[in-house]
Amino acid sequence: MRTLQEIENDYLKKEVDEFRIGDTVKVHLRVVEGEKERVQIFQGVVIRRRRGRTGASFTVRKVSYGVGVERIFPIHSPRVEKVEVVRSGRVRRSRLYFLRKLRGKAARLKDA
Amino acid sequence: MSRAILGKKIGMTRIYDETGNCVPVTAIEAGPCVVVQKRTPAKHRYSAIQLGFEEVPARKLNKPRAGVFERRDLKPMRHLREVRMPPAEVDAYKVGEQVTVSIFQDTEFVDITGTSKGRGFQGVVRRYGFQGSTKTRGTHENRRHPGSIGNNEFPGRVFKGHRLPGHMGNRRVTTQNIKVVRVDEDRNVLLVRGAVPGHPGGLVLIRKAIKKS
Repeated sequence: MRTLQEIENDYLKKEVDEFRIGDTVKVHLRVVEGEKERVQIFQGVVIRRRRGRTGASFTVRKVSYGVGVERIFPIHSPRVEKVEVVRSGRVRRSRLYFLRKLRGKAARLKDA
Repeated sequence: MSRAILGKKIGMTRIYDETGNCVPVTAIEAGPCVVVQKRTPAKHRYSAIQLGFEEVPARKLNKPRAGVFERRDLKPMRHLREVRMPPAEVDAYKVGEQVTVSIFQDTEFVDITGTSKGRGFQGVVRRYGFQGSTKTRGTHENRRHPGSIGNNEFPGRVFKGHRLPGHMGNRRVTTQNIKVVRVDEDRNVLLVRGAVPGHPGGLVLIRKAIKKS
């Protein structure tokens, strides 16, 4: 009997950029605008990483013009071109939801 | 041209298409099947082909069933199902001919028949989506009851076919117009969009969509 794993393997990225929870990352995103396609960058802190195969994803949080913005990216989506680590933060938990309550200076993470 | 095949549901997952959209899919191990018998109007009063699926050792079958294959010099198979089709199409088949997923190469939509997951004896709320009553405001002991079913003088009886509690699931279900996402000939796997009736491992019959061709 065929397994789901071997079918999913066709849709996984060969290499996934390495990053950890608490890292500040730049996510290079392919965006299609009308006819054209360009790369958009979303920069923020990785506050969650969900494991899985084709369903694996991570959440990036940033504060834009004083408003907290979180985006969830599927790790294996072809639209996520690259994940670049800007800075690594030292954190002790896997879900950084506490950052949502913090503003400004309090919302910083110590460097790893 | 072939229009049907037997398969086994593998399970569901999600994949990404060329544009990066996430698509929910069900993987089905479809075929290879073998044409075991032909039903013709002259002999059987209807026309169909009988497909066999999943080879098994002969000892797993009882003797009458094993004989079906032995007589035709075919490998023993676990499943046998008939597919009705017009006589002209039946003629195009030969007994012993293989049917593989490649028949769906240019097919956009299929109908899939399977046995739905058994839900056991279910009440009317779960089985038919009745609303039930409010949890509070004086409701006493009948929050998930069907309510009145036959009235008094008129009609004074319960109509036939009235929806009542009973067994749910574990029956033959056909889902029509399921989109084909990918046909993997090397692996004999068919990926279709969305859900398909039955458990993983359950036998399904896949036919070209009758309403879309």
